[in-house]
Amino acid sequence: MNRYTIDPITRLEGHGKIEIFCNDDGEVDNVYFQVPELRGFEKFCEGRAVEEVSQIVTKICGVCPGCHHMASGKAADAVFGVEPPPTARKLRELFYMAHFVHSHIAHFYALAAPDFVVGPSAPKAERNVLGVIAKVGKEIGTEVLKQRRIAQEIQALLGGHQTHVVMNTPGGVRRGLSEDERKDIEEKARGFVEFAKFSLKLFNDVVLQNKTYVDIILNGPYKLDIYSMGLVDKNNKVNFYDGKVRVVDPEGKEHCKYAPNEYREYVAERVEPWTYLKFPYLKKVGWKGFVEGKDSGVYQATPLSRLNVADGMATPLAHAQYEKMYETLGGKPVHHTLAMHWARLIELLYAAEHCLELAQDPEITGKNLQAKLDKTPKEGVGIVEAQRGTLTHHYWTDDKGIVTKANIIVGTTNNNAAICMSLKKAAQALIKKGVTVDDGILNMVEMAFRAYDPCFSCATHSLPGTMPLVVNFRDKDNNILRTVKRD
Amino acid sequence: MANKNENTKPKLKMAVYWGAACGGCCVSVLDVHEALFDVVAAADLVFWPIALDTKYKDVEEMPDGHIDLTLFNGAVRNSENEHIAKLLRKKSKILVAYGSCAHMGGIPGLANFSTKEAIFKRVYEESESTVNPGKVRPQPEFEVPEGKLYLPVFYNDVRTLGQVVDVDYYIPGCPPQTERLVEVFMAIVKGEELPPKGSVIGARAKSQCEECSRKKSENKLVKRFYRPWQVEDDGETCFLEQGVICLGPATRSGCGYRCIKGNAPCRGCYGPSPDITDPGAKMMSAIATMIDANDPEDIQKVVDNIDDPAGTFYRFSLPGSILRRKMT
Amino acid sequence: MSANFEPKIVAFLCNWCSYTGADLAGTSRIKYAPNIRIIRVMCSGRIDPTFVLKSFREGADGVLICGCHPGDCHYHEGNYRCLRRYHLLQKYIQQMGIESGRLRLEWISASEGKQFAQLVNEMTEQVRHLGPSTIKTVMETLAV
Repeated sequence: MNRYTIDPITRLEGHGKIEIFCNDDGEVDNVYFQVPELRGFEKFCEGRAVEEVSQIVTKICGVCPGCHHMASGKAADAVFGVEPPPTARKLRELFYMAHFVHSHIAHFYALAAPDFVVGPSAPKAERNVLGVIAKVGKEIGTEVLKQRRIAQEIQALLGGHQTHVVMNTPGGVRRGLSEDERKDIEEKARGFVEFAKFSLKLFNDVVLQNKTYVDIILNGPYKLDIYSMGLVDKNNKVNFYDGKVRVVDPEGKEHCKYAPNEYREYVAERVEPWTYLKFPYLKKVGWKGFVEGKDSGVYQATPLSRLNVADGMATPLAHAQYEKMYETLGGKPVHHTLAMHWARLIELLYAAEHCLELAQDPEITGKNLQAKLDKTPKEGVGIVEAQRGTLTHHYWTDDKGIVTKANIIVGTTNNNAAICMSLKKAAQALIKKGVTVDDGILNMVEMAFRAYDPCFSCATHSLPGTMPLVVNFRDKDNNILRTVKRD
Repeated sequence: MANKNENTKPKLKMAVYWGAACGGCCVSVLDVHEALFDVVAAADLVFWPIALDTKYKDVEEMPDGHIDLTLFNGAVRNSENEHIAKLLRKKSKILVAYGSCAHMGGIPGLANFSTKEAIFKRVYEESESTVNPGKVRPQPEFEVPEGKLYLPVFYNDVRTLGQVVDVDYYIPGCPPQTERLVEVFMAIVKGEELPPKGSVIGARAKSQCEECSRKKSENKLVKRFYRPWQVEDDGETCFLEQGVICLGPATRSGCGYRCIKGNAPCRGCYGPSPDITDPGAKMMSAIATMIDANDPEDIQKVVDNIDDPAGTFYRFSLPGSILRRKMT
Repeated sequence: MSANFEPKIVAFLCNWCSYTGADLAGTSRIKYAPNIRIIRVMCSGRIDPTFVLKSFREGADGVLICGCHPGDCHYHEGNYRCLRRYHLLQKYIQQMGIESGRLRLEWISASEGKQFAQLVNEMTEQVRHLGPSTIKTVMETLAV
């Protein structure tokens, strides 16, 4: 029995480690992905005013704080039994589209692109954003930074605090948009659309035209036949901000479509003693273990699953790309984990197009920012799509709107079981008796994990872009025989 | 990243590490944008889990004082946070408590209103979507068929970095405004004289009110306090004068009054002005003075409308304040 | 246990009325519980909530604040400010799980020596009944 410990996992928001257990034949028996941290937001939001909670939950994550702010804001709306007026809702969506643009750009270029643009087994010194820039040019690198910065500037304008946004109030937003500001955002949104188109073209030229990469996507050990989850609008098109949660089975058949306040009928969470993070699963299917298939309640909530559950994208350019992806990959639903990167870029284009639509909407500069709050606050659920998955905030309050209980299911949490399974599959396929576990192998194990975009996008461009790994080979007495490092 | 430094001055060895954190402070370091070139020219990052492959083992093998500057963000919530805080203290010449969590406890510090037992119970048993009839809880040590698995111990109490190790400087904010970080970093690189050990740096000495652009008058007496959504904020008048609690007067400036720019009142993440031990107490004193009533019953009516005083006045500073946790 | 417990009560008395009133109790040879430690301030309006919180943190079982009767403050308004702060402070300490009986505000005039003695006796029994404060121990950084 050999054991490999990868500690800590790096290139994500938060702490994590992986334990790989091998039998005496060098075959992988089991893989445990452990999350060693817990802070207790669901407890310490009790006693806080509900509108303050919207500013407290942004600190769950410093990379997707806007997502928590939106889910929380919607929950606060529901607590007061109101809908924000059209202008307020559109301002929230406008902010949210900029938030998606910034995050998806950062993830693709800093984390994903090196594997495809430079190559998964290329020398590690080149497998980072510098390598990407060397291949595609410095101009593009500067453009990546610039677009990310511009998206954040829009966030700061609409949201006040650039990172831990403060824009929402129950039933509305705190700040409107002037005509000058609107014009400026419209211009920037056009830039987003062009950059998203460019990114998809880059993906096409460098990845899709390359047989080796396509082979890795379609035939590599990165496939999980599990349920998919995502938010859809009333036309069953992908929507990040609002709608109903739709889940389809591994064959694409609809399993359920639920409104936010029905989530507990369909999703349950499981506890394991070896990790602080819970495991959501589909309640009606049931928990059958870390297994694939229609009879297992394991599901993914990712850009790929969002496209799987929808009938299309709500904007024209993104929709054309959506159809192209499914045509290329052989129909819906797609279970190839690495296709998440492609789906992410299609979402980037949708976010950019929708950002432009909203910036051109005459109501966006409206003055009515706040619904009247005249009902006694009680209880509410808010669901949005975070970049990393479906995000649910549920609050109960007293008559004054002070939170008495909170229940939160976070984006990446949805994927806890799927990540464990993806890692195990990749490790089993790649780590075998007789195989020298070298840098290329390690990177390919990581690719299973990285596709989920676990909560942090590292937008650095001059720090190494690989996810570092140390694999310790131990004998049965736990002495280290050999260490393979990848910087 | 071997960028040649023309001055042949040795590059600053720098580390960034997170305890019980959200990643926002790491994002604030990355948000240097163009100034990143200056940073990388002057510093070698030797430990930064979010971006580099340096492992805990590598840090343990470094000689003591090897790292010139460590920015430690996040609070101390569990045994791993504590262990690495002590390790980094040994290995660092200058250890900075970076951001509200390391400085005062931050948002994770709100868990000091509760206990480990209550948190575990809520998260793993009572949570309405959790199905756990066996009342399973995460364990520091657990035997699986293949071997033993380990997790850090979750403490009952959240602590600031200064409550665990000796801290050289504090850079406040949730997260610190990037421009302030760059100012501090450049000062260190240029070898400028640093303030006395234990100082707060990267923030101004004056309060938010100094920079806030809202219109202020001397008329600060109010007949009642309101929740922000109970008033029609005109976007221009001082929040306090509208009866909305704003922690600006008790909070250092340096963030560019960013929340107020978004029309939300300040919640004090930049921490207290110099020489103040307990920012919440000072703010409570100011708020109480504003009450336009002298009769005990009238005063009590106003106080009844100040919801959640502890969570409002100590939003970011509970573990670092005088009454640093709820009585158990 | 309660019977043997001697509460430690910190008392903040304003110079012009309540401290003088306490002094009068002394010169009149009135016996009263020896459990208070008096700190003289010029006005009850000087009392920063920090003083009260620090007293508790350092081990006081109770804190007493005394000032001039409404309308009689040497500085006109100081006692009213104290009164407003006291109400907010009570709400806060109760939210932190500290019993309201450990903190008390009373008006004592310069001629009220007897009343001061009575107040101290009353408060001492009140705090004795609540038992020793565990605030200091609980606030120490408990890792486990």
